[in-house]
Amino acid sequence: MINSIEKLKEILVCGGTGCQASESNRVFEVLKEEVKAENLDKQVKVIMTGCFGFCEKGPIVKVMPDNVFYVEVDEASARKIVKEHVLKGRIVEEKIYKDPKTLEKIPEQSSIPFYKKQIRIALRNCGKIDPENINEYIASDGYMALAKVLKEMAPEEVIDIVKRSGLRGRGGGGFPTGLKWEATRKSKGDVKYVICNADEGDPGAFMDRSILEGDPHSVLEGMAIAGYAIGAKQGYIYVRAEYPLAIHRLKIAISQARQRGFLGENILGTDFSFDVDLKIGAGAFICGEETALINSIEGGRGEPTVKPPYPAQVGLWKKPTNINNVETFANIPPIILNGPDWFSSIGTEKSKGTKVFALAGKVNNVGLVEVPMGITLREIIYDLGGGIKGGKKFKAVQTGGPSGGCIPYEYLDTPIDYDNLNALGSMMGSGGMIVMDENDCMVNIAKFYLEFSCDESCGRCTACRIGNKRMLEILNKITEGKGEMEDLETLRELAETIKDSSLCGLGQTSPNPVLSTMKFFYDEYVAHVKDKTCPAGVCTALLKYYIIPEKCVGCTACAKVCPVNVIHGEPRKVHVIDREGCIKCGECFRTCRFGAITRK
Amino acid sequence: MCYCDEQSKFEELRKFIQEKRNDKGALMPVLQKAQEIFGCLSYDIQEFISKELKVPMAEVYGVSTFYSQFTLEPKGEHIIRVCLGTACYVKGAQAILDRLSKELNVEVGKTTQDGKFTLEATRCLGACGLAPVMMIGEKVYGRLIPDDIPNILKEYQK
Ligand SMILES: Cc1cc2nc3c(=O)[nH]c(=O)nc-3n(C[C@H](O)[C@H](O)[C@H](O)COP(=O)(O)O)c2cc1C
Ligand code: FES
Repeated sequence: MINSIEKLKEILVCGGTGCQASESNRVFEVLKEEVKAENLDKQVKVIMTGCFGFCEKGPIVKVMPDNVFYVEVDEASARKIVKEHVLKGRIVEEKIYKDPKTLEKIPEQSSIPFYKKQIRIALRNCGKIDPENINEYIASDGYMALAKVLKEMAPEEVIDIVKRSGLRGRGGGGFPTGLKWEATRKSKGDVKYVICNADEGDPGAFMDRSILEGDPHSVLEGMAIAGYAIGAKQGYIYVRAEYPLAIHRLKIAISQARQRGFLGENILGTDFSFDVDLKIGAGAFICGEETALINSIEGGRGEPTVKPPYPAQVGLWKKPTNINNVETFANIPPIILNGPDWFSSIGTEKSKGTKVFALAGKVNNVGLVEVPMGITLREIIYDLGGGIKGGKKFKAVQTGGPSGGCIPYEYLDTPIDYDNLNALGSMMGSGGMIVMDENDCMVNIAKFYLEFSCDESCGRCTACRIGNKRMLEILNKITEGKGEMEDLETLRELAETIKDSSLCGLGQTSPNPVLSTMKFFYDEYVAHVKDKTCPAGVCTALLKYYIIPEKCVGCTACAKVCPVNVIHGEPRKVHVIDREGCIKCGECFRTCRFGAITRK
Repeated sequence: MCYCDEQSKFEELRKFIQEKRNDKGALMPVLQKAQEIFGCLSYDIQEFISKELKVPMAEVYGVSTFYSQFTLEPKGEHIIRVCLGTACYVKGAQAILDRLSKELNVEVGKTTQDGKFTLEATRCLGACGLAPVMMIGEKVYGRLIPDDIPNILKEYQK
């Protein structure tokens, strides 16, 4: 039973990009109107928070302290939440999450299967606080870690804690964060910089975006602690222009932090000064690579440079620079507050803590999850993700974006950590996780990623600029049904050469999607090349169109739309396609209203 | 047309450049501002920036052609951006893009003859939960099927 409104209530509305796209702004307005209309302003606060992660079921609304979690809230149910739940203490049953398997209604967030196995460290405040109000961050222990560091610790001690925690970079590479800080601290020079990499370029990834939108102060606090540890006074956040909401909230957060003395001169009355500025990207994937990012901040073309020297030695404006990812920084304050042993007790031997994944594709519960390292792919996809959409068969899960690979069913029980994913020919990457089913063609997916890499190659080194193009040409040939078996050998050779001879991480990893699909789904390649068929029914040039006689009513619609007039038949009689002249445009397939045309 | 002749726009840009002139790495923010003001970075605008900021034209051109956000040609009144990120791609974003291209009779990356729409393919918009996704201006449309397209376009064709 829920008590009526003696205690202060909070109605939390998800303001993440996903929910905003499903009109959570409107829900927010309606809730506020309704609270006002009922004269509840004093007892009920309506707050827009960052992403709850359960984007599949958005817009999400949560009523606290009753701990009731509503899904797919629209205007009408928003009104009902105020009138029924808030006023009368009656839960609005129809908007409670219902487990599709057990049909049980689950009002409590932490009991919903999607959340059960999650441990939220980097996302600790997302969906809990108003990201535009620094007081709420402070009330959740915000800036306590910074205060602790400044008042009680020497920079070396901070570095030691981060080292002992075992935290590794969440931007993809997995480099130990403490070691990087130490290297930057030890580099000679008075002026040093801290950069937060918020370029999040992997297609299908939105972890960093959600942290910036949902809890921008945690990133600022992490950066300030890094600044203290390495001896820097200035930090920059390099954020994608495609993230307007994140930019907006960061601007607010920076100005509030300055006002309250967490950024600027003599922070908290100590002699440590540190400030943060925003740099907005302009749409180039390669700028996520650290040396390219530095060139971009300097105002030039975002092309990578050869390492070494590493940014820790020669970075922004030629000064020692420490670059970390958004999620890496967000992990820092809890590590300082709870200690390194707490953090390293979570995870596997070599990968500590949690990782945020953006679960997307053909899975029932699309959204953002933060799970302990060492959890298996199967747990994420089937327990949290609720299995494959539409009862289809699982084919592969892609991790690591264009640098990663596709992992097949046999390896679903692999515990996730940096090293295991590398061993499978994929990568942790920044945390994109795309689930694919039987209707996805692996050759086509490989082609998709290669197109991406070709587009985004900066063109500086030959292996990547030309090599990837040649690979793409071969894949095009194969998906058009013109491939030969030698092509597969050439493809593999090219891939190895590009990996070995490219200048930066983009080229060094761009062949991974091809290599991993060739390794695990070689039979699909062979089907395209030898049998000239696409088993998943995706590659249009390889499809053959058929009319199913039992279903055809002879309406003539297909014959009318066929641009090359190869469909014949009399009205009200079964039609046939003359496949000789068929150009496989698919018009008939789209036009038929009786499902009488198939393609294989 | 860019209407690049508008004096006040250049004045606004000049002011911005003066503020930023002494900042390190000013070129990017200046180009971003210029694009915001003019909608594109035509040759004249780039030349203006080169002079005012005292940066060689080659560098201005090099930077403005490197980043996909910058456009040298003016864009349509409404910019349609179809997400071709992986999550959207596996959920049929290509068919959405094809349909738009067909309905508007325009190639991807180009602007319709009447200057009303520019059709673009973009990278992940971070709304993968609603895949496939497109944006028209700032508005996000999710869970699309090709047959949704004509009706959505109608809202803008009035
Ligand atoms: C092509 C390419 C793209 C990258 N994109 C990103 C990115 O979007 N975000 C990110 O944090 N790191 C990205 N990285 C990794 C960075 O170079 C760098 O390793 C990382 O920001 C370091 O932070 P971390 O140690 O906290 O992970 C990319 C690397 C390469 C080679
Ligand atoms: S892949 Fe389309 S929004 Fe992420």
